[in-house]
Amino acid sequence: MNPIAHSPHAHAPVSISKVMATVLLALLPATLFGFWLYGWPAVELWALSLLAAMLGEALIVRMQGRKVRPVLMDGSGILTAWLLALSLPPYAPWWIAVLGSLFAVIIGKQLFGGLGQNVFNPAMAARVMLLISFPLEMTTWTVPKLSPGWLDSLRITFLSQPLDGMASASVLGHVKTEFSRGVGLDQALVGYYAPLDALWGSRVGSLGETAALLLLVGGLFLIARRIITWHAPVAMLLGVAVPALLFNLIDGNHYAGPMVHLLSGGLMLGAFFIITDPVTSPNTVLGQALFGFGCGLLTWIIRTWGGYPEGVAFAVLLMNAATPLIDQYIKPRIYGRDSKGVALPVNKG
Amino acid sequence: MKIFGLRGGVHPEGRKDMSVQGSIRTLPLPKKLYIPLQQHIGAPAIPLVSVGDTVLKGQLIASAQGTVSCSVHAPTSGTILALGNHAAPHPSGLPVPTITLESDGADQWIAIETVEDPFALAPEDIAERVAAAGIVGLGGATFPAALKLNLSRNSGVKTLIINGGECEPYLTCDDRIMRERAVEIVEGIRLIASAVAAQEVLVGIEDNKPEAIAAMQAAAQGSAVKIAVMPSMYPMGSEKQIIQVLTGHEVPAGGRPADIGVLVHNVATAYAVQQAIRLGKPLVSRIVTISGGAIKAACNVEVLIGTPVQELIEFAEGYTQPAARLVLGGPMMGQQFTQTSVPVVKGTSGVLALLASEIGQAEASPCIRCSTCVRACPVGLLPLEMAAHIRAADLSGAVTLGLKDCISCGSCSYVCPAHIPLVHYFNYAKGDLAAQERAKLKQEATKKLAEGRSERMARIERERAAAAAKRKAAREAKERAAKEAAAKAAEETV
Repeated sequence: MNPIAHSPHAHAPVSISKVMATVLLALLPATLFGFWLYGWPAVELWALSLLAAMLGEALIVRMQGRKVRPVLMDGSGILTAWLLALSLPPYAPWWIAVLGSLFAVIIGKQLFGGLGQNVFNPAMAARVMLLISFPLEMTTWTVPKLSPGWLDSLRITFLSQPLDGMASASVLGHVKTEFSRGVGLDQALVGYYAPLDALWGSRVGSLGETAALLLLVGGLFLIARRIITWHAPVAMLLGVAVPALLFNLIDGNHYAGPMVHLLSGGLMLGAFFIITDPVTSPNTVLGQALFGFGCGLLTWIIRTWGGYPEGVAFAVLLMNAATPLIDQYIKPRIYGRDSKGVALPVNKG
Repeated sequence: MKIFGLRGGVHPEGRKDMSVQGSIRTLPLPKKLYIPLQQHIGAPAIPLVSVGDTVLKGQLIASAQGTVSCSVHAPTSGTILALGNHAAPHPSGLPVPTITLESDGADQWIAIETVEDPFALAPEDIAERVAAAGIVGLGGATFPAALKLNLSRNSGVKTLIINGGECEPYLTCDDRIMRERAVEIVEGIRLIASAVAAQEVLVGIEDNKPEAIAAMQAAAQGSAVKIAVMPSMYPMGSEKQIIQVLTGHEVPAGGRPADIGVLVHNVATAYAVQQAIRLGKPLVSRIVTISGGAIKAACNVEVLIGTPVQELIEFAEGYTQPAARLVLGGPMMGQQFTQTSVPVVKGTSGVLALLASEIGQAEASPCIRCSTCVRACPVGLLPLEMAAHIRAADLSGAVTLGLKDCISCGSCSYVCPAHIPLVHYFNYAKGDLAAQERAKLKQEATKKLAEGRSERMARIERERAAAAAKRKAAREAKERAAKEAAAKAAEETV
């Protein structure tokens, strides 16, 4: 007989590793599409990210004198590295992936105290670190379906040898550059933005961020499996779409419309896979919605007026910092009490 | 019938079909019964019998002591074997004061008084008879039923809610009693309603019990008793939650249902009330569900109070394979027990022998702040935050977050993907808090006594000083007078 146990004597068939595995499964379509779109260098980059994260986490956990196996088996480190890989330029050099992954799991997560203790989303923290430290490598994009051979791919990833057609701008980057040259939106977007390509993801961008439709499918799958709720993602999409629509109506030549914004950059990945990270988002559904809307709004503001063409990662980190504040002010109403926590009046009517 | 929403809640796998099929069976008369003196919330009953006494079924063998207490009756006829300690139906299994009764096999009732027209009885009379019958809340809380009737009558109850929710997985004893004894239950409900002069009577039954709903509807036909079909969700059978779902109102924090004009009783309690009032039978037996993956033939049985659990397990043909855990009550709020010699008491709704696969226990991993527990909490608490405070030994922080409002339903623990025993944290903290409050009261009492003592000492000191001063003054006056007299005498002699 086991020692005395406390109720409940039943448990829902869930566990953290199952949750993580479901999220990874939801990421698979967009990831495989990215592999198909960009070829072997993308696969190598992804594999390196995962490998570095596993080794890095094993090392730091061992140094802390904790058990390595349960930490690696919970799947959170793999998910972080996977998300980071999807947000990298597909032909980025190997050390970008390795450095980013190590930063994410060691500084972004374990130094805060491990799973559940970090304030900032580790993948986004790593991405921003890389973007600020290595702006050239992090904004060297490639044209889809270049499909280099195996040897070429090794040269790209490990020797940083560029291939023809590599230096191209993403939609948001291009628009930003054209604006600075005084070119209007209607001309800037010509030949650069096709709504259907943007939807499918056959466009210049990060490894796994371009396939808006596949990411959306993955996100809906997570909602259906009750891993995430719809509130934060919908709020983030609205946070981008509402101001985009408003400003586009006011001045269509200076402000891109909602569709351009929704289908560009890392918005879909951010909305369904990044801001739904339980650790760094608020506790309540209302708090999560507010958090999501803030992420969306900040993304749009940074894209529109900021120095960088893309803003999802910055927006997420800024809102991560606001999460404790949101949790402080938005709490559920307790049964039998009003919203201020005062007991309800006795009413026999 | 309008049904209001329940917030939070979980959908644990029902597993009710194991025991629900057959009708209620009667356990053969046990040879020995172990009847604890405390089977209710409040003070234990005082035994009225001695070793060697022969008693009849239904005879009062221990009487209520104080305001919150309940009488105990002999479950069968026989001889009192011992007045001592026996293992308690509690996780500790520690012995508690128990009357041991050896049955004589005759199961002979004491002379009981039946009532032709129980509805002619005065409300106080009904409550008195319920008290005399030793009835407690059979839903599990075991609050003395008569006390609840009196409290409710005095504070003016408008709505009587009868709880047929039975949301705990595995348990089907209330389902079966509603199917088989609906007429008696409805009469019991009407008696309770007349005892508290309720204007509205609602019976809430979860929609996963269509047969019970049909039986109760048929029995309630033509009476003021309304059957309300509620969605199946745990913890629908909790008093506060059923009130919320059926009336849309909430019991104020720290208050009682009577504060909003509501009284809640369980269906099995209503049946016991009918048996006591119309037939004069005290509460000496109850329906218990025997179930769990390790039980061969799950069923519902009518069991005499005091029957060792071992006999129930044997009646259900024993184990299919060794049980990983034995539980009294349902799996969500029930208590583990380790000795099968423990008896069935008035509050025992189920005897479960669970397999490891049914428990789904795993080692706890770190909290990932997924807030699944927040969405599951029917009270609107933040279990993850409360647990973090308790882990940091910050009890007042946990109280600020609503620890005292937690109903210990276990929904948070049930859904936690990290398998953190959240409700265990809260119960531990509540126990600690109660101990602290007791210590504080004791300290205050000690302080008061010490203050009283020093005040008394000071007073005595003052009085002493005053008396001394008085004595001194008197002495001085006397001396002065003597001196004066001496002087006067001297003057005179001169």
